Amino acid sequence: MAFSFTRMMSSRNTATLLASLGAGTMATCYLMTDSNILSAEERRKLYPPSADFPDLRRHNNCMAHALTPAIYGKLRDQVTPNNWTLDQCIQTGVDNPGHPFIKTVGMVAGDEESYKVFADLFDPVIKDRHNGYDPKTMKHPTDLDASKITNGVFDEKYVLSSRVRTGRSIRGLSLPPCCSRSERREVERVTVQALAGLKGDLSGRYYSLGDMTDKEQQQLIDEHFLFDKPISPLLTSAFMARDWPDARGIWHNNEKTFLIWVNEEDHTRVISMEKGGNMKRVFERFCRGLQQVEKLIQERGWEFMWNEHLGYILTCPSNLGTGLRAGVHVRLPKLSKDPRFGKILDNMRLQKRGTGGVDTATTGDTFDISNNDRLGKSEVELVQLLVDGVNYLIDCEKRLERGQDIKIPAPIVQFRK
Amino acid sequence: MGAEFAYYKEPSPRTFSTGEPNNVSDCSPRSEKIGLVVSSPLVVTSLGSSIFKITFTSFYATPCCVQGSAMPFGNTHNALKMKYASSEEYPDLSQHNNHMAKILTPAIYERLRSKQTPSGFTLDDVIQTGIDNPGHPFIMTVGCVAGDEETYEVFKELLDPIIEDRHGGYKPTDKHKTDLNPNNLKGGDDLDPNYVLSSRVRTGRSIRGFCLPPHCSRGERRGVEKMSVEALDSLSGDLKGKYYALKNMTDAEQQQLIDDHFLFDKPVSPLLLASGMARDWPDGRGIWHNDTKTFLVWVNEEDHLRVISMQKGGNMKEVFNRFCTGLTKIETLFKDKGTSFMWNEHLGYVLTCPSNLGTGLRAGVHVKIPNMSKHAKFEEVLKRLRLQKRGTGGVDTAAVGGTFDISNADRLGFSEVELVQMVVDGVKLLVEMEKKLEKGQSIDNIMPAQK
Repeated sequence: MAFSFTRMMSSRNTATLLASLGAGTMATCYLMTDSNILSAEERRKLYPPSADFPDLRRHNNCMAHALTPAIYGKLRDQVTPNNWTLDQCIQTGVDNPGHPFIKTVGMVAGDEESYKVFADLFDPVIKDRHNGYDPKTMKHPTDLDASKITNGVFDEKYVLSSRVRTGRSIRGLSLPPCCSRSERREVERVTVQALAGLKGDLSGRYYSLGDMTDKEQQQLIDEHFLFDKPISPLLTSAFMARDWPDARGIWHNNEKTFLIWVNEEDHTRVISMEKGGNMKRVFERFCRGLQQVEKLIQERGWEFMWNEHLGYILTCPSNLGTGLRAGVHVRLPKLSKDPRFGKILDNMRLQKRGTGGVDTATTGDTFDISNNDRLGKSEVELVQLLVDGVNYLIDCEKRLERGQDIKIPAPIVQFRK
Repeated sequence: MGAEFAYYKEPSPRTFSTGEPNNVSDCSPRSEKIGLVVSSPLVVTSLGSSIFKITFTSFYATPCCVQGSAMPFGNTHNALKMKYASSEEYPDLSQHNNHMAKILTPAIYERLRSKQTPSGFTLDDVIQTGIDNPGHPFIMTVGCVAGDEETYEVFKELLDPIIEDRHGGYKPTDKHKTDLNPNNLKGGDDLDPNYVLSSRVRTGRSIRGFCLPPHCSRGERRGVEKMSVEALDSLSGDLKGKYYALKNMTDAEQQQLIDDHFLFDKPVSPLLLASGMARDWPDGRGIWHNDTKTFLVWVNEEDHLRVISMQKGGNMKEVFNRFCTGLTKIETLFKDKGTSFMWNEHLGYVLTCPSNLGTGLRAGVHVKIPNMSKHAKFEEVLKRLRLQKRGTGGVDTAAVGGTFDISNADRLGFSEVELVQMVVDGVKLLVEMEKKLEKGQSIDNIMPAQK
């Protein structure tokens, strides 16, 4: 190969070939004895980090933007106490290059310690995803006092339903990407036992995904409660669908206003919802339910994963902090056609989704409007932001109905970067 | 820093969703810089069949806790799982219909769960695909894969019975015969092209010293690609050809490969996805074919190499000839580089899926047998000839217009020549039967004996 040095520097294809050259050179010269079996450690030495560095040139996700050769070189051979590695964290981001318009996170945690052991990569990803939040220096406030919410009852002419969801992980057990079957079954046992202790309007029952009757399954589908085996490659590449449907299930109270998913994308996903616009009551039940479940698991010696920098620890870094998404289904026929709609949402730190949830389209003029942020603001703050925002949207809609003009509100202050 | 990273691109300035510019301090200038890989200094001594020594500069201080290769799954080296009893970990296989589910017992699981191959492949890795894919009442899949050559040794207590079940009673003490001498094939050059539309032989090969697709790291996969492309590029004559890396293909090249029916795509079958084979797609994957488009090699799809010889018409002898010649040449080239294919005298050629052990060979034709295929004895004839039928799209597809893909059912326990002979003789008989049925004659007097 008689390339000039400058041509080598600028030619991407040549660089690719040379990379394989580098990767293969060692292997090419390695030879065969009668027992040429390489141990894992020898294999690691034979392939330095440069040989294993993923090709992220076509990728658009937080992990791909944050990962550098230096970070990869430093972290590749590290493990958490549970033997979880960096390659396992980032596999989903490597396998899913993403979309030019939608920037996904591109990595997951296998256990609580991942966020510490791989902090050199998680911290910049968290910063990128959560508007500059710096886990090293900043503290996350937790506040589950629902009484603080004001103006939390919406005009039901516009708001069709209200919902708050979050996730909780059980400390001491690995997260869904990493957990073994026995750990997953333990999560199910601990959770179902605790939920059996709920009383009053929260008392309910558990439906294991594997043992459900057809009739129960149909009922749960009709109520929009049932979750199914993930097909999104974002989740399947992160090893979360293993052993489906073992130890997965759904718990809900008799009134069908408080719902828990067990071992889907997180150990537990907790959802409080009801028809109509009484977000205050939804949030009140949410907080009460969470606090009671926490007390019940503590009685048996368990607790939730939480720390003062990252708040509640969940599988995906996008859900750190509160893991909270508070939202409504709201009709905004006039406002949604106004060109300023997007900017109004942006400034109020709200996002719109279709009524089927993330990545779905809207039906008619009904939108799912929820908070953008998860980390750096408390639960009460986020729900209040949502409440104020939705009230503003409804006010805009009413103004447009009356032929009046609307204003784009000033943007809400973020953290200092 | 020592060696540079070829796949690193400096990030361009990013903006947040609020439209404000990114003020993160490590924002770099907009120009893209692709680092070069600098070959490490190598010291190589060679003494015939003895050991090559490699020394190279280590770029980073080796950290204290280096653990086994961690792929492909989250729970491969999960430290907590061994604290639970074996019965707690045992998978729920009550809905399952595959060889692994049939053979695995709690006792076997308990004995094997703490083992791993030298490269770090565990029992849970072997069986994950079988747990995640319960199977179909009519189709018995294998339900397990190998991560490296040693898998078949370390987990033989599980894999030997599975192999016996899948390969017609092949015992752990049996020896497999390899015969790639095309001169030993009798006939095969005269299958009627009015009926036999195309002929094809495929097999797989694994390169010793590398982990298999479920388990390999990116570095290993790239090493396989590099070594294979080097070997293939030195082929000459009618085997001379070109490599198309999946990720560097131009649109025109891609369309051409699709039109030629050569292109393979990222697996969508959950059987493959659940075993970790699609990781890092399309890194390290590609297609090589000769200029006459009759010899084709897939790199890093379901195996390290899949080798295919094919052409239109019924001259299976020529196809097999080219197949053997090509394979032998490639094997020689690898031996010159100091490596070889994974092979042993018990299992023959070692591949990722236990179903492909032995020869890994599927020799088949696309043959028009509309009358025969509707005949009541069709299945019986195929069974006696040790052949199987598939649709013309390959495995799990439907037949189109009475045209079937007919190939050998066996892989292990028969040599390559023996299997191709079965196909040649069997297809000849099927065509004869088809012609008889066309004339309204009976086929009862030419029914074959069980092979």
